[in-house]
Parts: sequence; C-alpha cells; structure tokens
Amino acid sequence: MLFSRGDLLADLHGLVLGALFLLAYSGGLAGLIGLRTEWKTERGLRVQMRRLKIGTVAMAVIAWLTVLVGTYLVYPLYQAQYRPVLSETFWNTFAMAWKIHLGWIAPLLATAVAYVVNRYDAQLAREVRIRQALEVVFTAAFLAAAVTGLLGALTTKVLPVE
Amino acid sequence: MAQLKIRPDTLNIQQMQQKVLPNGPAAAALLSAGLACLTLGLLTTLAAAFPSLALALQWYQPTGELSGESTLAVGVCLVSWFVLARHWQHRQVHFTRILVMTLILLVLGLIGTFPLFFGLFAH
Repeated sequence: MLFSRGDLLADLHGLVLGALFLLAYSGGLAGLIGLRTEWKTERGLRVQMRRLKIGTVAMAVIAWLTVLVGTYLVYPLYQAQYRPVLSETFWNTFAMAWKIHLGWIAPLLATAVAYVVNRYDAQLAREVRIRQALEVVFTAAFLAAAVTGLLGALTTKVLPVE
Repeated sequence: MAQLKIRPDTLNIQQMQQKVLPNGPAAAALLSAGLACLTLGLLTTLAAAFPSLALALQWYQPTGELSGESTLAVGVCLVSWFVLARHWQHRQVHFTRILVMTLILLVLGLIGTFPLFFGLFAH
C-alpha cells in the first residue's frame, strides 16, 4: 500500500490542517492591521469585516481540528509504535512532550480572537486597543502553532508514524 | 434651509454611539483563554510531580494524561468565559491591564508546559 493509515493521518494533521492554519494567520493579521475606519468606505469596511470574520473562524476551526486529530488519532499511533524507546530519545522527552501541550494553546487563543472579531463586527475598526490586543493574541496563537509544527516535523523525520 | 443640514460625520457618531458595545465581552474572551493556558501548564507540571494525578488525568488511555489536562483546560476556559462574560457584559474595563494579565497567564502556561521545567518535578 502506498500510504499507511498513520501516514495519511500524520499528513492530514501536519501538512493539510497545520499548513492551512499557518496560511490563515497571515490573511487574518493583514485583515486586522488594515482595519481602519479612516481608510475605508462603509461598503469596503463591510466587505473586509466579512472576510475577517470568515478567516478568523476558519482559523479557529482548523486549529481545533488539527489539535484533536493530533491528540486523539496521531499521538496514540506514535505512542504505540515507539513505546520501547520513548523514555530514551530527546525527540520524545523534549520535542514531543512540548509539542503535544503547546499545540493546545493555539486553538484556545484563536477561538478568543474569532469570537471578538465576530461579536464586535465593524465596531472593531474604531476600537484601537481591542484590535491591538487581538493582533498580539493572534500572533501568540500563530507562534505556538508554528513551534508545534516545527517540532512535529522534526520528530516525524526521526520517528515517523506508520 | 441651513437649519436642516446634518453634518455626515455627526450622523455617523450618533449611529456609532447607539450600537457601541463595551469592551467587557472582549476582555472576558481574552482573559478566559489566558486562564485556560495557565490551567494547562499547571496541570502538566502537577501531573509530572504527582504520578497519582497523572493517572487520574488519563481519561483516554492511548493519549495518556494529556486527555485530562487538555479537557480540563478547555473546561476552565468555557466556565471562566461564561462567568466573566456575564459579569462584564455591560462594563467597560481597563483593557490594557486585561491584556497584560492574559499575556502573563499565557507565559505561565508556556513555562508549565515546557518539558525542561516540568521535568524538574518529575518522579
């Protein structure tokens, strides 16, 4: 068989969902930074808000899917295959141990951002403090996901799930 | 006729003031996410320190204690969000202070989930 179940799940987790999350971040951040009442017509603001709302909700949903697939489908396969060497390798004692916890931070933060964007709608364009806070939290979610992704990619190189 | 003129910017401000939401709900969402991060870090470190707690947090055997830690963190997020959102629903809060608190909670959560830190307490 060309791909095992483990290969497919690991690819779905890291390559498809993980990559979509990282891509969605750049669009979301650009939308937040570009949100200024003085730069927008009313119609322009409506269009941008619609994109921003869809983008941030998509990012939160993708983050949840990534972490749930990783925790409940991929990680058990990894545990089952590498149990004999788990306590001996750096890739498990440090990289995987950090990755499995750090990964959960991204959806928690992304959900808060998506909620605020959807709740405040066009008012967000006038709320400088809230917008700046969202940019910071959004970036923290991205960094958590990026480090998790990097650790996951390196660990998979050494201990691939099959 | 001059009395009938309405300045467009004045009209916008009036429209804005009618619909404006206080910053309380946004603060509640951010702070509850921070509390969830702290919970995750705290439980990770405590589970490393106390094997009996680690065992109690194994709600789904193949995933180990991560299942309990992450589920409880999400639970804390939802409960604190609900409570804070109700409390701050119509309130204007000091938003910079809330952001700083959220970031402190996030950093504490990151420290708690860092293997070199929780490894210090591992048995």
